[in-house]
Amino acid sequence: MNIELKVTPDKYLPHRYAGASGDFNPIHIDVDFAKSVGLPSNILHGLYSMAQVARACTNAAGGDPRSLRRLSVQFRGMGMPEQEIVVSGEVVDEDGDRVTVKAEAVQGDTRIIRNAEAELLPNT
Amino acid sequence: MNQAAIGKQFPAFAYEVGKEKIAEYAHAVGEDNPVYFDRDSAKEAGFRDVPAPPMFAVVYSSGSVAPAIFDPDVGINFAMMVHGGQEFVWGEPVVAGDVITTETNVKDVSEKGGMGFYVFESVSRNQDGQEVVRGTWTNIVRGVS
Repeated sequence: MNIELKVTPDKYLPHRYAGASGDFNPIHIDVDFAKSVGLPSNILHGLYSMAQVARACTNAAGGDPRSLRRLSVQFRGMGMPEQEIVVSGEVVDEDGDRVTVKAEAVQGDTRIIRNAEAELLPNT
Repeated sequence: MNQAAIGKQFPAFAYEVGKEKIAEYAHAVGEDNPVYFDRDSAKEAGFRDVPAPPMFAVVYSSGSVAPAIFDPDVGINFAMMVHGGQEFVWGEPVVAGDVITTETNVKDVSEKGGMGFYVFESVSRNQDGQEVVRGTWTNIVRGVS
């Protein structure tokens, strides 16, 4: 099983995600506000980036949402719109039907999600 | 830091899951599996109705988790807060039409190296009482001491 996903969130993705999730924190959707608090630009929602890790894991397990049993992540560097996110990971344990994978998500040299660990049931 | 807040339980929040809300969320996070958009595909795959992507948990949980994070007894300094970590453990799938009730409690408040760690646990159940997700939300606050 190979965990790999590449996606480039477009300029307006944080706005769509804000609407879909209900998280309208201005650091995600207002460039001027983000800069006023010392950020380089508006930043991605961490839970959007986590959703990309979830998607990469579920896809690797065959695409059925029931296959993802657990996912834990640590948020680190800030994710930016208009930069490619690369999710990668590998199987670290197999116990019967249950597979444990470790993964991370990066944008260039910035790790935006580290120490992601997922439990999957690929035959679901 | 107020460690007396550990164990505080917040009121339940109920969320009715809509088919179009699932589609909106699935589109925003880049899901393209037809089960998230099409009832026939969902039923063919064995779901009661259109299922929510696993991370849709944030949508139905946040109405319970946000008041806990903003609670004055917990006393988080928001200007210095970052979302440090997140875990979800999934149970019964969530589908359109479900009513999901989430309860949140303060699981831990601790300090390490000048950073405050505020950990919240949310438990979400469907209308039949089945657990659909258990979330652990870790917020880190800089400069607490």
